[in-house]
Amino acid sequence: MATISLEEVRKIYAGGVEAVKGVSMDIADGEFIVLVGPSGCGKSTLLRMIAGLEEISAGTIRIGDRVVNRIDPADRDIAMVFQNYALYPHMSVYNNLAYGLRNRGVPKDEIDRRVKEAARILEIGAFLERKPKALSGGQRQRVAMGRAIVREPAAFLFDEPLSNLDAKLRVQMRVEIKRLQKSLGTTSVYVTHDQLEAMTLADRLVVLNGGAIEQIGDPISVYEQPASTFVASFIGSPAMNLIPVSVRDGRATLDSETAAGGSGLSGPDLANGAGYTLGVRPEHFVPASERPADPGDLSLTVTTTVLEPVGAESYLYATIGGDSAANGTVANSAAPHVVIRVPAAARHQPGEVLSFTAPADRIHPFDKATGKRIPR
Amino acid sequence: MQTKRTIFPNKVLPYFLLAPQLVITGIFFFWPAGQAIWQSFLREDAFGFKTTFVWLANYTALFEDPNYLNSLQVTLVFSVCVAALSLGLALLLAVCVDRLIKGASGYTTLLLWPYAVAPAIAGVLWWFLFNPTIGILPFIMERLGYNWDHALNSTDAMILVVVAASWKQISYNFIFFLAGLQSIPLSLREAAAIDGAGPFKRFFTITLPLLSPTSFFLMVVNVVYAMFDTFGIIHATTEGGPAQSTNILVYKVYADGFIGLNLGSSAAQSVILMGIVILLTFVQFRYVERRVAY
Repeated sequence: MATISLEEVRKIYAGGVEAVKGVSMDIADGEFIVLVGPSGCGKSTLLRMIAGLEEISAGTIRIGDRVVNRIDPADRDIAMVFQNYALYPHMSVYNNLAYGLRNRGVPKDEIDRRVKEAARILEIGAFLERKPKALSGGQRQRVAMGRAIVREPAAFLFDEPLSNLDAKLRVQMRVEIKRLQKSLGTTSVYVTHDQLEAMTLADRLVVLNGGAIEQIGDPISVYEQPASTFVASFIGSPAMNLIPVSVRDGRATLDSETAAGGSGLSGPDLANGAGYTLGVRPEHFVPASERPADPGDLSLTVTTTVLEPVGAESYLYATIGGDSAANGTVANSAAPHVVIRVPAAARHQPGEVLSFTAPADRIHPFDKATGKRIPR
Repeated sequence: MQTKRTIFPNKVLPYFLLAPQLVITGIFFFWPAGQAIWQSFLREDAFGFKTTFVWLANYTALFEDPNYLNSLQVTLVFSVCVAALSLGLALLLAVCVDRLIKGASGYTTLLLWPYAVAPAIAGVLWWFLFNPTIGILPFIMERLGYNWDHALNSTDAMILVVVAASWKQISYNFIFFLAGLQSIPLSLREAAAIDGAGPFKRFFTITLPLLSPTSFFLMVVNVVYAMFDTFGIIHATTEGGPAQSTNILVYKVYADGFIGLNLGSSAAQSVILMGIVILLTFVQFRYVERRVAY
């Protein structure tokens, strides 16, 4: 059990590439932190620096109250679960679990007790004498978890541990990891590129982009108050709609709007000027017929292109503007696309012209140049 | 493993396509091998005037001959030393190169060159280096107080041929070990590092066991090499001497047959060698696939 704190941590590779650009954060004891971001955002590098597998170019990493910058991975009191599990193929499951304890000179009966206990928790008791090769993906994943928990470390580090599993097993293991972490109460840092995994597991999310932190916060507040267009488009599926507009006298106009196209938008109370991006989540659009637009709401007319049913609901892909010339057969490629959640019963045809509104408090204004959220 | 099969509609064509390989194997292997077996039952005088069929007399004579038994022992010592030295050094070099990020391909290329050197040339090279009169190594050793002379000292002679034979084989072993090392996922070693194993412990408990298929394969290949392909090295350096101390089986076949003109005994020896090759090949095919550590 320990806190982990990062202070201006940087990673600069020999070629001069800066993979991690001054990351600072404090992880509380027992907290489940998820580092999430697209590939190449530095999340794995950051995790490997905490583990000690990657040298720290600048800054300080503390585990507990010990600065671990120059401490070997073995002595940092952490355990890591790798993406490919990294099970020792020539050892039985039992020996895989016992290896780390033997290296630390734990007495034999204590090793046996801990391995049996971990096997019981993870329900792998029946496979202890098998080699990893004889296990399924899910079972290997459990053994990898077991190897981490027998050590009873101060922190667990997970490097995309579920990405090699099939979709169903991934959901199951996700729940199990969360349950396990809560019952053990061990501080955990979990790296993933899957925003859904990140949302469901995290006590706090850390969204990384280009080696820097975009936003830290609990999953719901990150979802509801994204700090930038990057976070807005990364968290949530389908992604938040981002509509570039200019505002004049309380009316938003599409940047790409042509004279012939007519107004597709009206909306929010922002200072006059160009250079806004308005973000609206697909589920926050309401048909204009059901909800008259209040001042400050965003209303827009769209031409449907595709209806994508996913079962419980459907997603309507559309282009902004009720341009009859496009007539639905040829999408107006200049106009921005939007995704709108509609009830599963909706039966929209391509080319239909529809009107939607989004309530003022569901519109996220961003500065187009910096991508940062504009506080309201 | 599922392999793609082609069915030939024509009955003759497959044999025709196989013919070149079969002809070569027949002419260059089965025919001389058959001759050797036949010859091993014969006793012939040095000039080829009279040939007598003597059943197994050549074989029984061999196993009563202290020189032959000595040669067996020399071969054993030689093969084990060559295999151990060349495998050990190759593994050491491969581990070093595996850690390199920059310049690894340069080292690899340079380390491969000795393999391209013909055995006889390798022999001559080391013969020069170790020459008691003009060689640089005996000169240095003399300064250090050791009087090197492989023409008189059996141990010196054995060391010379072992070094020369190993030097050439290191390249071959090196490239296999390097490939083997690079196929071990880095995350395994990282996991072991987090599990508290130091570099040496990691090497002996993770890397080496995972290399065991490669090591076993190379061990068989090296023993075969030391026993059969080192003729040129022996011939160019010690010629089996001094006092039979480097007279390995292959060299003795040549020496007894072509120098001593005892063709029957020489043939019997090569039949025994053939048996050893068959045994080693069998071991290789039987266990190299199976004795995989995981």
